[in-house]
Amino acid sequence: MNQVLIYAIIAISSIGALSALILFFVAQKFKVIEDPKIDEVADILPGANCGGCGYAGCRNFAEAIVKAGNLDNLNCPVGGNTVLKDIAPVLGIIATERSPQIAVVRCSGSYTNAPKKVEYDGASTCTFANNLFAGESGCPFGCLGLGDCVFSCKFDAIYIDEATGLPVVSNEKCVACGACVKACPRKIIEIRNKNKKDRRIFVSCINQEKGAPAKKNCEVACIGCGKCMKVCTFEAISIDKNLAYIDFEKCTLCRKCVDECPTNAIIELNFPPRKEKAKKEETVNTEL
Amino acid sequence: MNLLTVSGSPHLHGDQSLKKIMWGVVIALVPAMMVSFWYFGLAAIIITLTAVVSCLIFEYLIQKFLLKQAPTITDGSAIITGILLAFNVPSSLPVWQMVIGALVAIGIAKMSYGGLGKNPFNPALVGRVFLLISFPVDMTSWPLPKPIWSMVDAITGPTPLGVLKEGIGKGDTISQLAAQLPSYQDMFIGGIGGSLGEISAAALLLGGLFMMYKKIITCHIPVSYLLTVFVFTAIMWQINPEHYINPLFHLLAGGLMLGAIFMATDMVTSPMTYRGMLLYGFGCGVLTVLIRLWGSYPEGVSFAILIMNAVVPLINKGFKPKRFGEVIK
Amino acid sequence: MKTFKIGGVHPEENKLTSDKAIEFLAISQKICIPVTQHLGTPSTLVVEKGESIKTGQLIAKGDAFICANVHSSVSGKISKIDTAIDTSGYKKTSVFIDVEGDIWEETIDRTNTINKDILLSKEEIIAKIKDMGIVGLGGATFPTHVKMMVPNGKKAEFLLINGVECEPYLTSDHRLMLEKGEEILVGISILKKALGVEKAIIGIENNKSDAITYLTKLALNFTGIEVHALKIKYPQGAEKQLIKALLNREVPSGKLPIEVGCVVSNIGTAFAVYEAIQKNKPLFERVVSITGKSLKNPSNFMVRIGTPVIELIEKAGGLPDDSGKVNSGGPMMGKALNSLDVPIVKGTSGILIMTRKESKRPEILNCIRCGKCITVCPMGLEPYLLAQLAENGNFETSEKEKIMDCMECGSCQFTCPSSRPLLDYVRLGKNKVGLIIRNRANN
Repeated sequence: MNQVLIYAIIAISSIGALSALILFFVAQKFKVIEDPKIDEVADILPGANCGGCGYAGCRNFAEAIVKAGNLDNLNCPVGGNTVLKDIAPVLGIIATERSPQIAVVRCSGSYTNAPKKVEYDGASTCTFANNLFAGESGCPFGCLGLGDCVFSCKFDAIYIDEATGLPVVSNEKCVACGACVKACPRKIIEIRNKNKKDRRIFVSCINQEKGAPAKKNCEVACIGCGKCMKVCTFEAISIDKNLAYIDFEKCTLCRKCVDECPTNAIIELNFPPRKEKAKKEETVNTEL
Repeated sequence: MNLLTVSGSPHLHGDQSLKKIMWGVVIALVPAMMVSFWYFGLAAIIITLTAVVSCLIFEYLIQKFLLKQAPTITDGSAIITGILLAFNVPSSLPVWQMVIGALVAIGIAKMSYGGLGKNPFNPALVGRVFLLISFPVDMTSWPLPKPIWSMVDAITGPTPLGVLKEGIGKGDTISQLAAQLPSYQDMFIGGIGGSLGEISAAALLLGGLFMMYKKIITCHIPVSYLLTVFVFTAIMWQINPEHYINPLFHLLAGGLMLGAIFMATDMVTSPMTYRGMLLYGFGCGVLTVLIRLWGSYPEGVSFAILIMNAVVPLINKGFKPKRFGEVIK
Repeated sequence: MKTFKIGGVHPEENKLTSDKAIEFLAISQKICIPVTQHLGTPSTLVVEKGESIKTGQLIAKGDAFICANVHSSVSGKISKIDTAIDTSGYKKTSVFIDVEGDIWEETIDRTNTINKDILLSKEEIIAKIKDMGIVGLGGATFPTHVKMMVPNGKKAEFLLINGVECEPYLTSDHRLMLEKGEEILVGISILKKALGVEKAIIGIENNKSDAITYLTKLALNFTGIEVHALKIKYPQGAEKQLIKALLNREVPSGKLPIEVGCVVSNIGTAFAVYEAIQKNKPLFERVVSITGKSLKNPSNFMVRIGTPVIELIEKAGGLPDDSGKVNSGGPMMGKALNSLDVPIVKGTSGILIMTRKESKRPEILNCIRCGKCITVCPMGLEPYLLAQLAENGNFETSEKEKIMDCMECGSCQFTCPSSRPLLDYVRLGKNKVGLIIRNRANN
């Protein structure tokens, strides 16, 4: 019996030793020489592989960072400034602070603002519905509400509000990776600066039709009247194709344009109520 | 004013529906079920009811509490699994074992893959094989049929295939065993020992014809399966008629008819193109004969189908339908 | 009986209007003519606001290669040129006309005499077809003159005329064959001359036996025109399936019918060609079936292009209360309309009103891999796989699985027992793969 045991031990250990030897030589022969910085950077990155940076995954992004040697034009939307600050010393540079960003849905065509004219019955995908027809409200620019953005979000940061039929972005969960921007067939979602206390002002409409047809489909459509542009003292607002756009880099959140807009197409989020006149209740839902 | 509906074409839908298909299969199973009730009496009814009810309950509970979906037990698929599972066990099987079989069939083979349409293996067969391996004694003692409604302890005996396997194993020749084997007529009508659903080839064929008439299944899988078994066993019979029994016996004995008509044709776990179906039927046939003639089990239908189930994704990938405008150069 | 080999379904035919004679619909007061009504490059406007125009006057010109002219269908004054919602649900540039009387261009021959002598040469015929704005009236609206120009190195052997009308409900071609049989045959002779082919075959499905008998009899007086009866099967009216059914030739994947020596045209187009060549009449009216089970008075109307759909519905007994869907075209390939003010265009072969019950899609269930979609696909594709790939965004594999061969006949979705929106996803995939292919061609 003992002998069997000994033979077994000898046999198994020699097989093990042999394998280890083979593995060692193979590893030596096929060694890939890689910049160790890539591993260091990849370790710092969040590892979500979301693709928000524009690369296939975190590893690819790490390779790109090390290859570039600097952080210009490269951003990890998930990790944000903290991650970039950690990566900078690996590359031997100093990171510049970037303002945090968030996805913003630029449509307020809820069921009440833009009543349904027809009903859609079919596959629940905006991309197909966009090819099929203008939308239940008739607005050819508005949100279709079928949730391609929800489907694309890897962070569970966006959902469709059943009461309005519009997507809602969570202030806490959104990392501004831009997946929803790519998923939306109508390019309604935009990545904008998050600002202090999540205070944001933006034109919640991308309808490029003239005033009358736009207003016909939706109460709160931007009609391109240009009043906001005139009232803005910082030249942050421009009008193109019957549509106002607020440049978030120039906007100082003064809220003049919000008061001026005749259709309530400009929206302010997370501001305290005004002193003199109570502001009308906003129609857009948001997580506060 | 009602709103108009907008959707992509087509705006019509044919009269085929999942429910119709599933309930059609249930109806097709009725003749064989009746035969089993006739020959095995109350025990068969109890086993069948236990299997169906426990399949339905497990499906409901799993969908409701584990998967948190709307339960879809009314679609009939769990009932089919239940009936087929009962068809694959002897009527003397203890009820608690039947419940375990149902749990394995629904819980492991079906729901853990995501429910209807996503399971790679036929749930009823997985349940059956699980029982066969776990409770080999209970699963292989078949009460002999007696056409009366009684609960009196039935006499158990081997199936025709079991007789054969044992006899050949001992070195007997076919002619020596002939006396112990039932007549072809009995095997066709159902007066032989075996699992609930497999005894009557006639009732199974009737159900199969009904399903083909209703366009629930096509003839490709059953025909290629049965034909393969027939041809393969015929060749062996020609080589040595004293060692290998004639092909007709193989067609009628055991679970072949049940397997070829109801189990191998399960839509979810069979290939989707005609060419793929023919290959699949052929593979099932070859494996069944291999197991029956040279394997250690007397019967190989369930193993053959389960093995071919595993190959189905490959068959679907390899056997594409003939594309329109493909051949012309 | 002849038919195509693989796939196909047989939906309930419901040809409610097959014995209703074609009626002329009174000219509407609100005409709105979309500037582009064909498949291809958009046409350019040649009229201005306030201009007075006559019936048959050119209002938009098609200069590009695949492009067609558009003519006014009424006389009056152009009140505005603006965007209006069309069958797609999107707004397109359209000409709005205030109708005043019905004054036709003097060149148009308005008599009913049948003019059998073909005086024009091959080139003149093609040029005139182009001038008169003829497009395929089967629904695809591909400009007919482009089809008639056989590319170098290819030779047309057969002209196939599609009188199949495999879509349920629709009867516009059927009525046209019965009432304008002789004109159609002259039109076919003209097309034959334009193509330089010896033989033309009319394919008609067997549910129109009266039309088969009538045209067979008439065809005896014409050289080289045959009528063939076909088994009833959808989608036999598709070009490739029709060629397969009539000649047993298969058009290779991604190629045009000319590859196998065929040119396919439609009954309505043949009639329009007759009117254009022999009567100088541009394409500004067409036969439209208005039908539906709940509709009081289903009919076939000769309608001026630009008439709003609602007027046809009013004339046919008004919109029933339980209407759930209004389709332009048949139930299998037609488009559901967003609005009833949509104008009739060259491609509108019928208006189908469906009840709420009919228009509701059944609940979507899990795919049970039954393979019925593969069995019925006339192109030999795997719709379940294509839909799955599109849903998961795997467009490279979709392309390899020949998603672009799909002609969107809808047989798969019609048959699916789990009523999955297969075609919705296949369309999505086709759209994306089309973009990928175009990008590749541009780079």
